[in-house]
Amino acid sequence: MKDEREIVTVTIDGIEMQAPKGELLIRVAQDNGTFVPRFCWHERMKPVGMCRMCLVEVEGVRGMPPACTTTVTDGMVVNTKSETVKKAQDGVLEFLLINHPLDCPVCDRGGECPLQDQTLAFGPGESRYVEEKRHFEKPIPISELVLLDRERCIQCSRCTRFADEIAGDRLIDFGERGGEMQVITYPDDPFTSYFSGNTVQVCPVGALTAKPYRFRARPWDLSAVETSCQTCSVGCRGSLESSSNELVRLLGVDVEPVNHGWLCDKGRFGYEATHAEDRARNPMIRRDGSLVECSWPEALDAAAEGIKRSLDLHGPASIAMVGGSRGTNEDAYLWARLAKGVIGTDNVDAQIGDGLPAEVVLGLPGATIPDLDEAAAIILLGPDLKEELPVLYLRVRRACVDLGVPILDVSAVDHGLSKYASATIRHLPGEQASAAREISAALAPLIDGRSGPIVVVLGRSDVATSAEPTVAAAAIIREIPNTRFLVALRRGNVRGAIDLGLAPGFLPGRVTLDAGAERFVAAWGSAPAEVGLDTAGIFNAASEGRIGALILVGADIVNDFPDRRLVRAGVGGAGFVICINATVTEAAADADVFLPATVWGEKAGTTTNLEGRISRVGRKIAAVGNPMPDFRIASELALRLGTDFDLETVEEIQDEIARVAPAFAEVDAQLLKRARDGVVLPLALHRDELVLEPRRIPVIDFSWEPIKPEGPGEFEVVEFEVVEPVLEADASDEAAAEEESALPVDISNGAGLPDAQLFVWSAQHAAQPTPGRDNYALRLSAGRSLYDNGRTVASTPALRALIPAQTLRVNPSEISRVGVADGESVRVSTARGSLVLSLTGDANVPAGVAVMPFNIGETGVGDLVDVSLVVTDLRLETLR
Amino acid sequence: MAFTPENLLLANEIVARYPKTKSAILPLAHLAQDQDGYLTQDAMREIAGMIGVTPAEVLGTCSFYTMFKRDEVGRLVVSVCTNVTCLVMGGPEVLEHLEQRYASDKEVTIEEVECLAACGNAPAMQVNYEFHESLTPGSATEIIEAYKAGELTARGVSGGVAGGGQG
Ligand code: SF4
Ligand code: SF4
Ligand code: FES
Ligand code: FES
Repeated sequence: MKDEREIVTVTIDGIEMQAPKGELLIRVAQDNGTFVPRFCWHERMKPVGMCRMCLVEVEGVRGMPPACTTTVTDGMVVNTKSETVKKAQDGVLEFLLINHPLDCPVCDRGGECPLQDQTLAFGPGESRYVEEKRHFEKPIPISELVLLDRERCIQCSRCTRFADEIAGDRLIDFGERGGEMQVITYPDDPFTSYFSGNTVQVCPVGALTAKPYRFRARPWDLSAVETSCQTCSVGCRGSLESSSNELVRLLGVDVEPVNHGWLCDKGRFGYEATHAEDRARNPMIRRDGSLVECSWPEALDAAAEGIKRSLDLHGPASIAMVGGSRGTNEDAYLWARLAKGVIGTDNVDAQIGDGLPAEVVLGLPGATIPDLDEAAAIILLGPDLKEELPVLYLRVRRACVDLGVPILDVSAVDHGLSKYASATIRHLPGEQASAAREISAALAPLIDGRSGPIVVVLGRSDVATSAEPTVAAAAIIREIPNTRFLVALRRGNVRGAIDLGLAPGFLPGRVTLDAGAERFVAAWGSAPAEVGLDTAGIFNAASEGRIGALILVGADIVNDFPDRRLVRAGVGGAGFVICINATVTEAAADADVFLPATVWGEKAGTTTNLEGRISRVGRKIAAVGNPMPDFRIASELALRLGTDFDLETVEEIQDEIARVAPAFAEVDAQLLKRARDGVVLPLALHRDELVLEPRRIPVIDFSWEPIKPEGPGEFEVVEFEVVEPVLEADASDEAAAEEESALPVDISNGAGLPDAQLFVWSAQHAAQPTPGRDNYALRLSAGRSLYDNGRTVASTPALRALIPAQTLRVNPSEISRVGVADGESVRVSTARGSLVLSLTGDANVPAGVAVMPFNIGETGVGDLVDVSLVVTDLRLETLR
Repeated sequence: MAFTPENLLLANEIVARYPKTKSAILPLAHLAQDQDGYLTQDAMREIAGMIGVTPAEVLGTCSFYTMFKRDEVGRLVVSVCTNVTCLVMGGPEVLEHLEQRYASDKEVTIEEVECLAACGNAPAMQVNYEFHESLTPGSATEIIEAYKAGELTARGVSGGVAGGGQG
């Protein structure tokens, strides 16, 4: 956002500096290199002046105002280092330490503790307090993930303010008073926020600790790499830390356009899945009916052989590739090149039946996350962001609550953001298009003269309804002037995979087969001419025996595809199945060849979030055993099929993408390395958002070097290790980098390659009508819950316990209609199948609708959905 | 216990008085305490639901005030001061005596409190927030017995202020 405030001059410790009028003194000082100690103030929360650590002297002001609640005015003269200030700091710290247990040797925070650090730098060496300190029962769990040690708490209220202001889950608060004051939860009402881990990160002492990290490491044993979370497609920035080749934690890094330093708990703790017992360590091939371990050359030869056989017998269209939305962009590009450039098939789809067609994803005008803050209004028509894209939920909530952006909620059932909406359009699942027609009228009073774009968060709200109604709605909303879209797809790098051609009908770089044909034939030697099948089409074809070789990249396809019967028939009907995965999933167990892959944290590269922002993911540990990164597996297979990609490193792949894929023009390894907050595609529209200076924010927001109190620069921001050693380039590289910084760079991209037009969706959509619901049926809405049977959660001990129980939620009136008791089991039948499920009454569910999260429990939504139908209607019968 | 139908009406009236419904936490807590004798967990949950905050927030607010009892108390709450002046004038002895005497009496709850601002006639105590001064262990017992016998009338523990006065 543009800062249009008047600039004033202030003098801090004798140094004159400029600052916007009304800015907080503590921030002005920090931006200019003067560190004012603090505990309660946090960059991303409102100042409260609770701890008094930041007292300073201001000339002409009586007493000592806290720097965190004082705003700067013109001519202000401030002293942060006078004897009086030092005495105050000394006093505050002595008071804080009166009741502090000083159990640093057994405290997780020891070594990176703001209380330790600031006591050393600003505090007294000794305490005069000889009485008994207060005692509390040592750590009590306040949730499944977070423990509270009340003795260590210094009552800064960062955790309670985070829960209230940022997350909107005020499940913790201060209770009691005086010496007894403590952080409390309500009895039997634990701190179940999806964002609870952030409180551990912002706590300036070791009062809050995270169960997965407790006693796992000491800060000085950790090494870190900056990376992006790939658990969902928000792509939050974080610092991934390990000790002895084991991932031990992920901390949020404050990136202005993306996550503001926050992470959700699934992203924060999901790294445990990397070390799951069931990780596959060696390749396997089917021998005498069962999978047995073998060497890489053996497995790769067998895989290539399977592909070749199908190719020779039935041609390229007999081969299909599904998945690839959880890897890096470099992986995706080489999978696309293998499938489309080497094998020659367009039966390629990274999405597994629960997303939107690539035309919609690629062809709508894109919004960025910061656009939310300046929007005239936000339209929500898609998944429950709190459950599926948690930190995007935080950003939308902030835009609404803090910045006053109105929300128009278009949904079938209440979701996490419903209560913040200024207006709501309710529709039956499947009736998105008719709801979309009401949007213009509903929007007018909301906008009411506000300027800025209308940001539409668009996605599939549930997997029991096909993509069709959402596509139809998108075509209608597209006609509303000034709309920009954030397409809410869920899997970590699904956007990158689609951008790089893992979608039927598209080639890398957002071009259609037609538009890109000439260019890619020139670059790759060949490209498919016929538009291929999407995932559902592939499984249909496979179940009819028309797929000779099926390549499954990554996904746990049987649990992730909305229609279990079809996926099982498809995998079973495919002639030859090659599975590339980290674990042996249900589909993998049926594979002919299994190739173990490395996962997030074990490989470097880039990932693209839902905005189309490309950022780098770091490699922190070496994989145990023999898994290989996907891009290498793809290269090896290509080699065996007669094409040498001749790409050895991630950087080489990045440079090839920049050269070949039209939307990636100029986005080469060099730029990716330097663009601190990532690169949003297409660069031409987002060039002025590039930030090329290195990040200067420490991970723990005020770990600095305390043992250097003299001289200027008392505050040294810890420069965060951004990249692997590659960056410590030699002088000539640096010179090259200097030159590079003079963007715009010459478009040397694609030199010699024919041009290809980027795809734009015409939004001409012949909507198929949604069938009506008869009065005895309930329409199923199957969204997702953050914690489900997906691999991240299922393989993470800390999160597994949080998977909710499976139940079908309906309006209480339906329960009485069926004539059962709340909680009783009933038979639930659809056109596809029937299950016994417990029924729960919930007044928030509209009559006529049934709600059940996808992928929970052994059997569930996947057994009820037929993907060839637009909607899923179900009937309830008593078992009595 | 949940609010009785009459109190629920009153409670809704109280909520309606405030531009920010959250401001109703304290008067509602008084009302609940008047009704049940102490502030039950159910009541705090109900209050939270009525004004759209979390139960943790209600508990956080109420636990700041010692006059809200979160455990069951007797019909008579006796608050004995042991702060400086009362300490010198025999407050602790009064306290000790009463604690022993009423240890198993469900009707009477004895608590120790800070200065009641009645130092001029220390030691002092309150019975359901009614002052009694210049005490000895004997006279304190007599006073409590008079309450028990109905010779002295006690008001409700929270002072009966919920619906009317302060609310
Ligand atoms: S637990 Fe930590 S963050 Fe919360 S108030 Fe105490 S010191 Fe502050
Ligand atoms: S919101 Fe998504 S990207 Fe961010 S931490 Fe959570 S899972 Fe990771
Ligand atoms: S940081 Fe200013 S009072 Fe706590
Ligand atoms: S010290 Fe007891 S009333 Fe003041």
